[in-house]
Amino acid sequence: MLRVDDVTKVYRTGLFGSGSQTAVSGVSFDVRPGEVVSLIGESGSGKTTVGRMILRLTTATAGTISFDGEDVAGYNRRDLRRYYARVQGVFQDPFSSYNPVFKVDRVLGMLRSTYLPRLSDQEWKRTLRSSLEAVSLEPADVLGKYPHQLSGGQLQRLMVARALLLEIELLVADEIISMLDASTRIDVLNLLGDLKGRGLGILFITHDLSLGNYISDRTLILRHGRVVELGPTPKVFGDPRHSYTRALLACVPQLHRKWGDDSAVEANGRPSATADATGGLVAVDDDHFVAPEEDAP
Amino acid sequence: MSLVVDNLRVYYRTLRGDVRALDGATFTVADGEIMGVAGESGCGKTTLGKSLIRLDGRMRVAEGSVTLDGVELPIADDRAMDAYRFRSVSIVPQYAMSALNPIRRIGRMISELLSSRGVSYEETLPELRRRLALVGLSDDVLERYPIELSGGMKQRVVMVLSTLMNPSLLVADELTSALDVSTQKAVAEMLVEFRDRGFVKSTIVITHDLSILYQVADTILVMYAGKLVEKGSAAEITEDPRHPYTKLLIASLPEVGVRFEERRLTGIAGRPPSLLRPPTGCRFRARCPLATEECAVEPPFVELAAGRHAACWKVAA
Repeated sequence: MLRVDDVTKVYRTGLFGSGSQTAVSGVSFDVRPGEVVSLIGESGSGKTTVGRMILRLTTATAGTISFDGEDVAGYNRRDLRRYYARVQGVFQDPFSSYNPVFKVDRVLGMLRSTYLPRLSDQEWKRTLRSSLEAVSLEPADVLGKYPHQLSGGQLQRLMVARALLLEIELLVADEIISMLDASTRIDVLNLLGDLKGRGLGILFITHDLSLGNYISDRTLILRHGRVVELGPTPKVFGDPRHSYTRALLACVPQLHRKWGDDSAVEANGRPSATADATGGLVAVDDDHFVAPEEDAP
Repeated sequence: MSLVVDNLRVYYRTLRGDVRALDGATFTVADGEIMGVAGESGCGKTTLGKSLIRLDGRMRVAEGSVTLDGVELPIADDRAMDAYRFRSVSIVPQYAMSALNPIRRIGRMISELLSSRGVSYEETLPELRRRLALVGLSDDVLERYPIELSGGMKQRVVMVLSTLMNPSLLVADELTSALDVSTQKAVAEMLVEFRDRGFVKSTIVITHDLSILYQVADTILVMYAGKLVEKGSAAEITEDPRHPYTKLLIASLPEVGVRFEERRLTGIAGRPPSLLRPPTGCRFRARCPLATEECAVEPPFVELAAGRHAACWKVAA
């Protein structure tokens, strides 16, 4: 469905763009319908840039991003509108995603006038009700309210509901639960799991390994804009082959295991891939790829 | 007993009345103890930390006392507290990365801070260098501006700076929240290192992340809606939580190894009450699966066993 092929993004920096900064370098992966792919990386790894390029909020310097075989870079305004009816994004901060002086009905109504102008009032109400139900929000609790009257979890679920008003096929979720409290974040995460069951493809961008592990089918570890490891989530977390992945996993604070007793992860250190001439990813198992280890940091 | 907090109530003044952000906290922190304070946003954990060192203009102490090493701290008196700040009580504030003056070199800033306390920078310098080296920073950070340092480096500078006078109590508020996992581990381990080396006697670590506390804290205090919910050793709280809130909170945390397909975790329905007009009785009552009529009366924060406290009618027996 979504195919990201050897994508690179270079930002111009400095006065008159004299410098340059490579944010993403040669990243390739795909997202299939009904699948959650998590994109995990530390700050500066380029994970957000990948999401923004998919949503056409910024363009790729090199490489192609295609959706159902069409290159999204070539889209004009009308094509983009069609594209956004199928692909939507939800971002980190639910409190600044809304216009604070608009009631949420109006925020949702703007989507209707742009994408669904021919919908009758009755159909609209039905669509609204069913998408609110899909995110387990009671319409009476949220409609007619201002954003500040709702909790972060409610706002974030409403953001997903807004995307669901359209018959989207891909959701780009960039750190959507990082700002939520522990007791409510799991509900939003479960919601993604349920949507996946309905055939939605989800790109779950996060820095939190345990969240990625919980929800995703496949995992992509990014470092300095490059893919370090890519594979089915149980394999990447259960049998990490790249030293960076192992180091990351060893640093994750866990509730029932102390940092000191991380021998479990280290002992599993099977030799990772040896470098090949191309510097590309190397298959170590079915569908499981790692980047060659760098000798010098 | 290094720190004794007795029935502390700190309210925020607003036009609509007092917000009871911290509503009756009674606990002790022993010498050498690292106590973690955990809770969700708005539970009063930051208010608790701030009230031990400096109240901001909107806060007022409604009741209670704080005693450090046998001396009662004048927490309600901003001026009088000044004698204790930095020397006996110190803080690593939330978002410590932006606590550094952006237009001063680190060294000059530290020197100004020390001279404001009547301490000589030159005499402190060897110790300062030693401590910077300990946290993996070279001397030249003293010549740098904050903008030249990464988030983790700034966090370490603030940590060294806050503990330079060997305070009796250090309050670290969301010390690691803005950091990447690898830096997070290094900075969190510094807390233990500093305690072990005697740079600080007792530490209060405030965070929303229970799994970090399990790594570094000796004891954990869980708060909810301005009240203390449960206190115990880090192992007791995580392995054998007694209060329904703690139980549900821990059950809702995904860990590496838990997968949606295999085990679906659940959150806690509802949201915390408004602290402007808090409900009577147990504040977790509306979201608690065990709540009955007796919960309309506020449960006391009682000692269940040595060092183990909880505020719930259902576990008291």
